[in-house]
Amino acid sequence: METIKLVYPVEGGDLIEAGEASSQMKLTLKKLGLPQDVIRRASICMYEGEINMVIHADGGEATVEVDMDQIVIRMTDHGPGIPDVEQAMKEGFSTAGPAARELGFGAGMGLPNMKRYSDELHVETQLGKGTTVTVRIRIPQ
Amino acid sequence: MTVQELTHALSLNPFHLSAPAAEVTGGYAGDLLSWVMGRAREGNAWLTIMSNQNVAAVALMAGTACVILTEGVEPDPALLQRAREKGVNLLGATESTFAVAAALSRLLK
Repeated sequence: METIKLVYPVEGGDLIEAGEASSQMKLTLKKLGLPQDVIRRASICMYEGEINMVIHADGGEATVEVDMDQIVIRMTDHGPGIPDVEQAMKEGFSTAGPAARELGFGAGMGLPNMKRYSDELHVETQLGKGTTVTVRIRIPQ
Repeated sequence: MTVQELTHALSLNPFHLSAPAAEVTGGYAGDLLSWVMGRAREGNAWLTIMSNQNVAAVALMAGTACVILTEGVEPDPALLQRAREKGVNLLGATESTFAVAAALSRLLK
């Protein structure tokens, strides 16, 4: 299988509409016939990333690369950056505002969930410039 | 137990039932969406009082068998529409989350 590259723009602003990119990716991964558990883990990582980009960065872009061995999801935004990544990785820590919390988000589980469901998580961030979160999920052979 | 059987056994209100044959293998109760995504298992019946359309996306990503809105909560029109579009089983119960969870637990024993 050649590497398949998918690109999904993530609209900013409206949290209630978030999830479209993740839904589309999930459908595509299903069509590729990947194992159910792999699809589920990738979908959760992507959805959490999408929500983060909408809450904190007015959207961004997700690229998904799939080959025989792995799925790599790279989510890039041009938001404010994360001042303390270690703190952001802690379950329960959140800087999300009341609007996000009213909808059931802002529990401080976004990055921790991405870590939980991926085999590798990498966060690159620059204050005032933006953040790129990369997750890698291995496909068991 | 299938979602259809569960709907019947607990007299749930089927707001939208797109995959009645989906197998329910457990349950999870929670309203913080990311918490649910982190903890709920595939095939769970998810009990919540959240009724916005993000519930459909979370159910889809987490692979839950169905969503049960408890305490008589009605889905927002946008949630119902999203459940229809994405094929998410969406049910309703008039009883409390605790009562539904207890009944579900007895059924799945």
